[in-house]
Amino acid sequence: MSSSAATALDPTTVGVVLAMAVVTYTTKAGGLWLVGRLELTDRAETALEVLPGVIVVSLVAGELAEGGPAAWLGAAAVAVVVRKTESLPLALLAGIGTVVLVRGRI
Amino acid sequence: MADSSGDRGQSTAVTDDDESATDETTARDEPSPRLVAFSRAGMLRGFRDCLPVAVGVAGYGVAFGVLASQAGLSAAEATLMSATVLAGAAQLLAVDLWAASASVATIVLATAAVNLRYLLLGATLRPWFADRSVLETYGSAFFTADENWALTMRAFADGGDAVGNGSESADAAYLLGSGLAIWVLWVAATVVGALVGDGVTDPARYGLDAAFLIVFVAVAVDLWDGRTDLPPWTAAFVAALATAVAVPGRWYLLAGALVGCSVGVRHADVEADSSGVGG
Repeated sequence: MSSSAATALDPTTVGVVLAMAVVTYTTKAGGLWLVGRLELTDRAETALEVLPGVIVVSLVAGELAEGGPAAWLGAAAVAVVVRKTESLPLALLAGIGTVVLVRGRI
Repeated sequence: MADSSGDRGQSTAVTDDDESATDETTARDEPSPRLVAFSRAGMLRGFRDCLPVAVGVAGYGVAFGVLASQAGLSAAEATLMSATVLAGAAQLLAVDLWAASASVATIVLATAAVNLRYLLLGATLRPWFADRSVLETYGSAFFTADENWALTMRAFADGGDAVGNGSESADAAYLLGSGLAIWVLWVAATVVGALVGDGVTDPARYGLDAAFLIVFVAVAVDLWDGRTDLPPWTAAFVAALATAVAVPGRWYLLAGALVGCSVGVRHADVEADSSGVGG
């Protein structure tokens, strides 16, 4: 039963998935395409240099707003470990570990 | 990754040199101010650097597979979505809407809204693809995901500093390589999660729901480039946090990016005026 269900492809579902794929690709390629068509001023270039950092910071803020104390402590642990060791895997382990441990205590 | 606080003065000096040197370089007969390669070596470097991050993403992929199967998608359908869409947040939202029997139009529109940020991410990649072919550029674009985009910006920034200094230079294929690492593990994890199905009922128990936050914090620390980042980053953080608390959905990202960017630009204007470097 599970093997036939696992490989099932409903035409409507496939249609929605492909529509999502087209929309997503359009956004991924769209930014590259638009900027290539424009002459950039100095200020626009500064904006593009600032952009990556502020996007990541905004993502962090949004996730912090959604998360609880465990997630906040996990975030702090990652920040400390990545700063001290510069090792991403170690930092990720420390972050997830902190989240799980803190939730276990509460 | 020379981003410890001790290098702050140094890196500012390098930035200043770069700015004043740009005009002189273009004045000379260089064919292009910035030659960026697109090589197999760059691709492999991206793949290798991104693997640890991709393993973290895979944890999320398992969660997606589980949620997708609980929403009524087959393993094949969930896997098709991961392979062709490759956007974690949008996929999770779509599956959420799916479970709530939302209309097709709602699901596709929500996908577009969540993915609007890719317009911004794509825009930041442009300088490194200025000299690349259409196939290289728009083929790589498919493999843009939050995590490998951030790693790529870091690699480009490091390589950008090193151009002409004999060390590893920026390579546009880094995006493709790091994206492939994400893609392979994201798709494989989706298969596992969808097949395991109801086995894992609560991703939060394993801390997987915090995986995005944790990756982004690590990336933010890496991207930190010294005190000039403080005003835009603070502004972005406050604006995004306020928006996230007040407005449902992912508008906080646009709010934070816009506010942070305008503060950064204004700050750069003020610095240029006060130090008289203007020209």
